[in-house]
Amino acid sequence: MAVESSPEVGDHAATRRAWQAAPGRRASVLRGLLRDRIAVAGMLLVGLFTAAALLAPMLAPHDPNAVDATVRLASPSLQHPLGTDELGRDMLSRILFGGRWSLGIAAAATIAVMAIGIVVGSVAGYYGGALDTAIMRVVDVLLALPDLVLYLAIVGALGSGLRNVLIALIGVSWARYARIVRGLVLSLREREFVRASEALGARDRRLMLRHILPNVVPPVVVLASLQTGGLILGLAALGFFGLGVQPPTPEWGTMINQSRLFLQTAPALMVWPGLAISLTVLGFNLLGDGLRDVLDPRLEPDR
Amino acid sequence: MRRILVLVPTWLGISFFAFALASLAPGDPAELILARELDEPPTPAQLQAFRERFGLDDPFLVQYGRWVANAVTGDLGVSFRSGDPVFGELVSRLPATLQIAVPGFTVAVLLALLVGVVSAVRRNSLIDHGSRVGALLADSVPSFVLAYLLIIVFSVVLGLLPVAGRGGPEHLVLPVLTLALATTASLMRLTRSSLLEVLGERYVRTARAMGLPERWVILRHALRNALIPVVTFAALIFGGFVTGTVIVETVFAWPGVGKFVVDSIFDRDYAIIQGFVVFTGTVFVLINLAVDLLYVRLDPRIRLAVDAERGRGG
Repeated sequence: MAVESSPEVGDHAATRRAWQAAPGRRASVLRGLLRDRIAVAGMLLVGLFTAAALLAPMLAPHDPNAVDATVRLASPSLQHPLGTDELGRDMLSRILFGGRWSLGIAAAATIAVMAIGIVVGSVAGYYGGALDTAIMRVVDVLLALPDLVLYLAIVGALGSGLRNVLIALIGVSWARYARIVRGLVLSLREREFVRASEALGARDRRLMLRHILPNVVPPVVVLASLQTGGLILGLAALGFFGLGVQPPTPEWGTMINQSRLFLQTAPALMVWPGLAISLTVLGFNLLGDGLRDVLDPRLEPDR
Repeated sequence: MRRILVLVPTWLGISFFAFALASLAPGDPAELILARELDEPPTPAQLQAFRERFGLDDPFLVQYGRWVANAVTGDLGVSFRSGDPVFGELVSRLPATLQIAVPGFTVAVLLALLVGVVSAVRRNSLIDHGSRVGALLADSVPSFVLAYLLIIVFSVVLGLLPVAGRGGPEHLVLPVLTLALATTASLMRLTRSSLLEVLGERYVRTARAMGLPERWVILRHALRNALIPVVTFAALIFGGFVTGTVIVETVFAWPGVGKFVVDSIFDRDYAIIQGFVVFTGTVFVLINLAVDLLYVRLDPRIRLAVDAERGRGG
């Protein structure tokens, strides 16, 4: 009974329990993922490409932008394991360094989008009212049009290049997160532990940080793993149109755009970056499906 | 009726987004248009006259109000490049887009139904596993990579089909195939899961217990009900088709709306991009409305509920 009379004790007890439970829960998530063969395949693919991108300077046999007119469009050899492109640049090195751009941009965008989605969605769901209505109207508009149409419209207006590509990816993708977080917060508000804490006089900030946020993060992580593949595809599509990161930067989509003139004479220029994009996205999709099954079976992708 | 009212603010939001975007674009539209018309940089006096004529010095919201009032009547302004109305420019390219989108959609739906039903009926068979892998690949391989791979195999290596361009029926094969393969996966999986769910229902068991042939049970009793969500979802893959046609038209140099819009981006023709966003948004809003109405008609449970409510409400 003492617990009920003192909010401090109650909160501490709950927090302690949460802390104690956290490592175990984390371990069980990992165990669950490892049991799931599909998720393991996804983790391996994502891990492989992430490691390759991070270690690119050590792994790459050549400078990715080093032009060598003597070996233009060369077939694979010991010197150039994946051959060379139209300027004699080493394909393997460009794919490895390209991963830094493709994965790096997707990772940066994912982190930004998670943060924006959590903040905006929580505010909308927690405070409700006119603010909620206004935010959800914006979300409705962003979800009403296909992502690529919005990307094209934004990049079309602002111009191509890294900064504007990031603006497009982030400016469009936060909406899906905000909608899901808002729904979660709305239902959490009605849960007993939140009502109890509220009745005990906890402030908004405390409620949000202590009780709501920890319950919002796991489904958002699942969503992020499911959506990162889409972000990589969106980035690659902008690159393919020639509207993404500009050459000579070896971003995978941009490389495919550059390879178009050589489709008939040197299809390998398209195949390698195409394979890199496909396998990375496949990895994220497998990992996302696995995570969803383990963490939150209710969270279905909205399309 | 309520549904229509909800869609109005969404449409207004889309139009506002399109309008605001162009004002974020670097460069002065007055200068762009005048420079094209005069073939030389305009003088300040000419710029001023132009601005006054088109009200470009009015407050932002006044300009938006005027623009959206015109947009409702189908007037989306004029292309910076050609000087022709945006609406006409887009509509004149629509037939080319529909020429690949309609067969693409048809093939996608037929493929989804055929493979989806077989995967559900023969669960865990080779076809079921194959369709699962196929769906996973369709979600992971970008459609432009798929298109190029098809070109490499069928045009470059086998030499069976043209690489790009619009012409005879042989020019249609690869664009339509790309579009269908890129969009069919989700529909296929939905057909399968929807049919599986229905096959567990009591009326299916009853039909089987009555000794009806399995084929009859599936086609007459199960599929009819399983298709309700599939039909509505088929309309919702519209987004996939917009995206798909933009990419497919770019790959195959197909002179449709999508390729035109991408070209316009490189020409900094914002009026076209604006028009495309509003155009797509309008079609999307209408499709959503149609799906809602269709759902009510198709599912007797919802129809009865709606009728009952109407009767009570008077």
